[in-house]
Amino acid sequence: MTNPTIAAPSGEPVLEAKDVSKSFPGVRALDHVSLAIGPGEVHALVGENGAGKSTLIKLLTGVYQLDEGQLLHRGKHVAFGNPRAAQLAGISTIYQEVNLVPQQSGARNLYLGREPRNRMGLIDFRKMNSDAKALLRDFQIEADVEAPVSSLGLGAQQMISVARAIALDANVVIMDEPTSSLETREVETLFRLIDRLKSAGVAMIYVSHRLEELYRICDRVSVLRDGKLVHSGAMADLPRAQLVATMLGHELLEQVKRQVGLTEERTGAPSGRIVLEVEHLERRSLLHDISLDVHPGEVVGLGGLLGSGRSETAKAIMGAQVLDSGEVRIDGKPVRLGSPSHAIQAGIALLPEDRKLEGILPNLTIRDNIALAILPRLARAGVVSDGKVDAIVANFMKRLNIRAYGPDQKVGTLSGGNQQKVLLARWLCLSPKLLILDEPTRGIDVGAKAEVRATVDDLAKDGLGVLLISSETEELVGQSHRIVVLKEGRVAAVLSGDDVNEGALVHAIAGEAEPDDTAAEEDTDV
Amino acid sequence: MSETLASGRPAATTPPAPGGLRERLSSVSRADALRWLRDNGVYLALAVLLVFDLFFTPRFVTYSNLNQQVVSCTRVIVVALGMSLAIGTEGIDLSVGAVMALSGALLVEFSGLPAIVAILLALLAGAVVGALNGSLIAYVGVQPIVATLAFLFAGRSIATLLLYGHDATIQSDTINKISSGSIFGVRGLIVAALVPVLLVFFVVRRTTFGRRVVAIGDNVRASYLSGLPVKATLILVYVTSGVLAAWAGVMDTASIESASALSSGLSYELFAITAVVVGGTPLSGGRIRVVNTVVAAIFMQLLRSTLTFHNEPDAISQMITAVVIIVAVFVSRVRARA
Repeated sequence: MTNPTIAAPSGEPVLEAKDVSKSFPGVRALDHVSLAIGPGEVHALVGENGAGKSTLIKLLTGVYQLDEGQLLHRGKHVAFGNPRAAQLAGISTIYQEVNLVPQQSGARNLYLGREPRNRMGLIDFRKMNSDAKALLRDFQIEADVEAPVSSLGLGAQQMISVARAIALDANVVIMDEPTSSLETREVETLFRLIDRLKSAGVAMIYVSHRLEELYRICDRVSVLRDGKLVHSGAMADLPRAQLVATMLGHELLEQVKRQVGLTEERTGAPSGRIVLEVEHLERRSLLHDISLDVHPGEVVGLGGLLGSGRSETAKAIMGAQVLDSGEVRIDGKPVRLGSPSHAIQAGIALLPEDRKLEGILPNLTIRDNIALAILPRLARAGVVSDGKVDAIVANFMKRLNIRAYGPDQKVGTLSGGNQQKVLLARWLCLSPKLLILDEPTRGIDVGAKAEVRATVDDLAKDGLGVLLISSETEELVGQSHRIVVLKEGRVAAVLSGDDVNEGALVHAIAGEAEPDDTAAEEDTDV
Repeated sequence: MSETLASGRPAATTPPAPGGLRERLSSVSRADALRWLRDNGVYLALAVLLVFDLFFTPRFVTYSNLNQQVVSCTRVIVVALGMSLAIGTEGIDLSVGAVMALSGALLVEFSGLPAIVAILLALLAGAVVGALNGSLIAYVGVQPIVATLAFLFAGRSIATLLLYGHDATIQSDTINKISSGSIFGVRGLIVAALVPVLLVFFVVRRTTFGRRVVAIGDNVRASYLSGLPVKATLILVYVTSGVLAAWAGVMDTASIESASALSSGLSYELFAITAVVVGGTPLSGGRIRVVNTVVAAIFMQLLRSTLTFHNEPDAISQMITAVVIIVAVFVSRVRARA
C-alpha cells in the first residue's frame, strides 16, 4: 500500500514535495511525505482531521517552512519564505473560508493589488468593473461585481475567489474544501472552471470530504494519516470503501466483524418509549432533512466523515445551530430551538467537540466549572449555596474519578482526560434525559478514554439516552446500539442489530450499499 | 528544540533526574512567586509606600491625612467597582466619567425636586446609559470599547447641554451631607463608597450573577453552550457600572457642592482601569478582585499624594503611574502560563 512517489501522469511535475517533514512542539505533523502534481492534473488530498493535510498545504504555500525535505516548482528547488512568495510563483490557494475583503466590491477583490490605472495613476474603476464583469461572464458566474462581497451569498463569494485565483495566472491552484459552502448548482460551475484549468495545464490539489466529488474530478489521490503518506495512486484504482478504510486506518481486507454487545440484548428500549425525536432538520448547505430518535437507555451513534453534519446536528438539537426548519422533541414535548438554556431545561446536555473552545473555563476552578450549568438550581434569590455546590462537586469528582489536587485547582491545568471528566460532571449533575457526546474521547489518554467509555455504558444502563458522535469507527461500533450515518448533511444509512459493525459502517460512510463479506474487491461505479 | 522536548516531556510523568528537579523547582517557585505577587502585590506595594512615608514624608502618616486621602479616592473606588465587573467579562466601560458628569448635571436639573428623587433620577440615567451600552454590546455585537466610547462623548455632551456650559452650584443640604456628614465618626464619602464595595463584594462572591460574569469572561462560548443567559448578564454588568458611575457623580457633586460638565469625572475611566489593573485583574477577563481593586485605588492616590508632598511635578507622578501599570500588567501575565 506504500508506493510514495509515483511520477505524474504526463510530463514533469509542476509542483513536487520530496520527503518533507514538519514538526510542532510535541507533534510530528508531517513525516517524510512526498507528493508530485503534473500539469493538468487534479490531485485529491484526503485524510481525517489532524492527518496533516492543512500542514502540507501550508508548506506548499509558504505559510510554514519545512523542517526537512525539498520543494520543487517547475523542476527548480524553491523555498517560499512567505505566502506572497508562493503567490508570485503562481501558486494560488482557495480556502474553505472565503478570503476576500468583505467590505469591498467583487471587482475590487478580483483586482486587489493589480488594479487597472488611468493616466493619472489612479484606479480606473470603470475599466475594472467592466473587466470584472467580462471575466465573470466568461466563467458563467452570476454575481454583481459592484456590490460589496459581504452582501453576496457565500456561494457567489466563493466563486469570486476562485475566479480571482484563476485570473492571477496561477500554474498551481490549491483548493481546500471549496464546495463546503456551495449549493449543487454552484458546485457544477466550479467543476466547469476546474475543467478549464485542467485544459490550460494548471496543476491542482483538491481537498474535500465529499467523496463523489473526488471520484468525479480527481485524477490521482494521496491519503494522509497521522502525518504519513499511506497511499498514493490513481483515483480510479482505489475503490471508495477502500479509500475510507485507508483514511480511517482500518484495512478493509481484514474487515473485523466486531459485533460488540449484541449479546446484551441491545435492541432498543423496553417500552419503546422515545426520549429524543428529531425531525426534518434543515439548514442551507449544512443539514438536509435530518431525522432520528433515541430511546431511554440507548446509545445511538452518529457517524460520518468530518463535515458530514454530525456536529451541526448535535448543535442544532442543543439550540446552538441556526436552522431553517425542523423540530426537536424531548419525551414528546417540543423543545424551543435556538436557545441552549431552553434545551438544558428540557433535559438535553451536550459535551461539545472542541473542549478548549466550547467546553472548559480554563482559569476557573474545578468547582466553578462543574457547577456552571446547575448553579441556578442551587441558588435561592440568586444567592448561591456553597454547601450544596461543594457536595455536588465532591460527589462527581469521586464518581468520575477526577484526579486533581482538589476542587480549587484550575481546570486549565488538568490533563485532557480530567478536563473531559469535569465537563461530563457539569452535565451529569443536571440529571439530563439525553446526553449528546461529540468526540468524547478525542485527544485524551488511553486510561481516561476507557473510563469515559465505561461511564457512558453505565449511564445508558441507568436509562439515559445517549447520542454519540465519534470519528473512531471502533468506538462508534463498540458503544452504539444503533448508528445513524450522515453524509453531506443527510442521513445516508441507519445501522442496527447485526449491521452495527465496522465493515458496514465504513461502507455506509463511503456511501455504498452494504457489502458482502467479500466486498473488498468490488469496483466503484461513480 | 526537539531535545528539550524529549527531555522535558517524560519529566511530567516520571520522577525527573536530580539536575532537572532543581531546575523544575526553581521554575515552579518563580511562577508561584509571580502568582503571589499578582494576588498580593498591591498590598505589598501599599505597605512599602506607607513605611517609606513614615520615615521620609513628614506629617503624611497621620490619621487625618490618611483619612483625607481615602476620602479623595472614594469616587474612583466606586467607579472602579463597576469597571472590574466590565473587565471581568473581558469588556471595558469607557463611559463612566461622562456618566458622572451627566449625573451631576441631572442633580442640578432636578434641584426643584426632593433631593432623594433627584438622586434616584440620576442613578436611573446611569442605568439607562448602561443598558444602552450593554444592548449595543450584547445584541448588536459592538465591541465594548467602541460602544462605551460613544457614550463617553454622548454623556458629557448631554451634561454640557443640560448645564448650558456653565458650572452650577448645588444648594441641597441632603446632597451636600453625603460629603460633609458622618456616621459613627466615619466620613460620609467613605460610607458612600463602602456600601457599594460591600454589595459588589457580596455579588461577586455569592451570587449566580457574579459567577456568570467571570464564566463569560473566561469562555463566552462555553458559557453560552452551558445555558448561561450571556446577553442578559452583559447588559446587567453595564447597567451596574452605569449606576455606580452615576452614584460616584452624586458623591462628586456633593463633595465640591457643584456640578461641572467639563471637569466632573474627567479621566475617571482611566483612573478606574488603572485601579483594576494594578489590583491584579487581567484585562482578558474571567477574574474579579474587589478588595484588590479598592486597595489599588487607595495605593495610587497615596502614591500621587506622596509625590506631591515631596514637591515632585505632576509629570513625574504620571511617569511613575505608567511604571506601576506596566509592572502590574507584567505580573498579571503569569496567569497565562500558570
